[in-house]
Amino acid sequence: MSDSLDQIFVRGKQLLLAPLAHAPNWLVQIASSLINIFALLGVFLTLFALMSVLERKILGRIQNRYGPNRVGPFGLFQPIADGIKMLIKEDIVPARADKIVHFLAPVLIAATAILALGIIPYGRNMTPFTIDGGILFFFAVGSTTELAVFMAGWGSNNKFSMLGAMRAIAQMISYELPLIITVLPVVMIVGSLNPDTIVAAQDGYVFGFVPRWFVFTPWGATAFVLFFVSGLVESNRTPFDIPEGESEIVAGHMTEYSGFKYATFFMAEYLGMFAITGLAATLFLGGWHAPVRALEFIPTYIWFFAKLGALLFVYIWLRGTLPRTRVDQIMNFAWKFMLPMAFTCVVAAAIWHYAGRGLRGWLWSLVVIAVAYTALSIFLDTRRKFAPRTYRFAE
Amino acid sequence: MSASFVIISIFTLAAALAAATLRKLMHAALSFAVALVGLAAFFFLLGAEFVGLVQIFIYIGAVAVLIVFTILLTRRDVEKDRGFNWSGVFIAIAVFGGLVLAILKTQFLSVAAPEMPALTVKHIGEVLMTGYVWPLLCVGLLLTAALIGALILVMEEKR
Repeated sequence: MSDSLDQIFVRGKQLLLAPLAHAPNWLVQIASSLINIFALLGVFLTLFALMSVLERKILGRIQNRYGPNRVGPFGLFQPIADGIKMLIKEDIVPARADKIVHFLAPVLIAATAILALGIIPYGRNMTPFTIDGGILFFFAVGSTTELAVFMAGWGSNNKFSMLGAMRAIAQMISYELPLIITVLPVVMIVGSLNPDTIVAAQDGYVFGFVPRWFVFTPWGATAFVLFFVSGLVESNRTPFDIPEGESEIVAGHMTEYSGFKYATFFMAEYLGMFAITGLAATLFLGGWHAPVRALEFIPTYIWFFAKLGALLFVYIWLRGTLPRTRVDQIMNFAWKFMLPMAFTCVVAAAIWHYAGRGLRGWLWSLVVIAVAYTALSIFLDTRRKFAPRTYRFAE
Repeated sequence: MSASFVIISIFTLAAALAAATLRKLMHAALSFAVALVGLAAFFFLLGAEFVGLVQIFIYIGAVAVLIVFTILLTRRDVEKDRGFNWSGVFIAIAVFGGLVLAILKTQFLSVAAPEMPALTVKHIGEVLMTGYVWPLLCVGLLLTAALIGALILVMEEKR
């Protein structure tokens, strides 16, 4: 019973492909890919609509107000109203803008966000596209986003857009390093870049009840936190949203976009968020595995989306809680703290592996991380440097 | 010659031609990035998945961004249309001629290539970490030196 419920979508796809049983191989492949693509788009665009209204609701709750509650029950149809509004708005292109580049930027940014979603295993046998170097594919596609952001900033021919794009690229390049290096320990321990293999390696339980997820090892927990923070920066979310900083540069690289193009940017940001949280769940939180053996009857995809939802809630929670950081703070944090800690994770994972992956390795890797963390916090302590602020260019 | 080869070649060549002929410097740089994507597609077509991914990762994610930023930060006349540059044509013809000469002089063996096992990332990693560990370390050292050099160049001078 539970097995048939678990594989219901896989069966559904096989049923859809059944009429093509005698068709040539390439036709079946194309049809299969198309089904995957439409399923992916359907699920994540719905999730985007849901997320946009839930985010406003939760932010409203945090800020002690109602949030959207006019359209439909509890304001749940708000995204539909927003969508219609965005579609019928006038699309303004600045006269001095580079028309082609200005048009291509939102297309490229949305395309890369959707591509990155394709390699994540959403449930047992439910990876849309199985690639041997799946993790590498994720980051290769993700690195294209920088060029898209630059195109948006440059194509708008607006100084605020250009400033926003420069800020975005500076922080994205800086945080790509810790983001990728925190993935390294997982890849090292599993010995594969394939997301399916990584999820399969986190199967089973230690002592019969602690799931064998990487987040329950000292190096995994540290890498997970670092990965999560870097993911926040990569998706330009609130504590690190200086590329958009409304109070300083209007909306950064999106200043000159209106109507549906703006909506596309907005969508790409959310899809990127889903991709990065999905990868975090896959790498560190055991992917689609259940946390307790007794709950394994619940379908795997429900577990995956529960983990995704929990991580997304933390994203919204942080947005409601933290103020925006400064540019220099973000950069210092990336190069002086995140990067050394990420390398420490790699070393700690190696120690965990060579100490037999047991309790001894667990404690040793904890010691390594604790020592590195303490040393860094003493070394980077800037409390004594507080002094009256001096201005170089404004007197 | 398969249909996908033709499609990818037309795509890559068109992008490369655009990169060479477009009047605006920034458009040329962006078309160059598109041509690099075409090259990555060739690697995928040849079954070298890893090389293709690295090609996208490094050339689009780093080199194209670097080129675009260099243009932006060093030239004040990005918007200006440029005239035709004959020295560029000369260099292009010289490089093309050299390559054609090298290809023509190569003696091709008429032996069918042995059946290759599917190349996995794991296999590449093992080879890099055992047989080619010295070249790998040398490249790492070179890159570290370049990084430190760049940092020293931009460091604020203390008086």
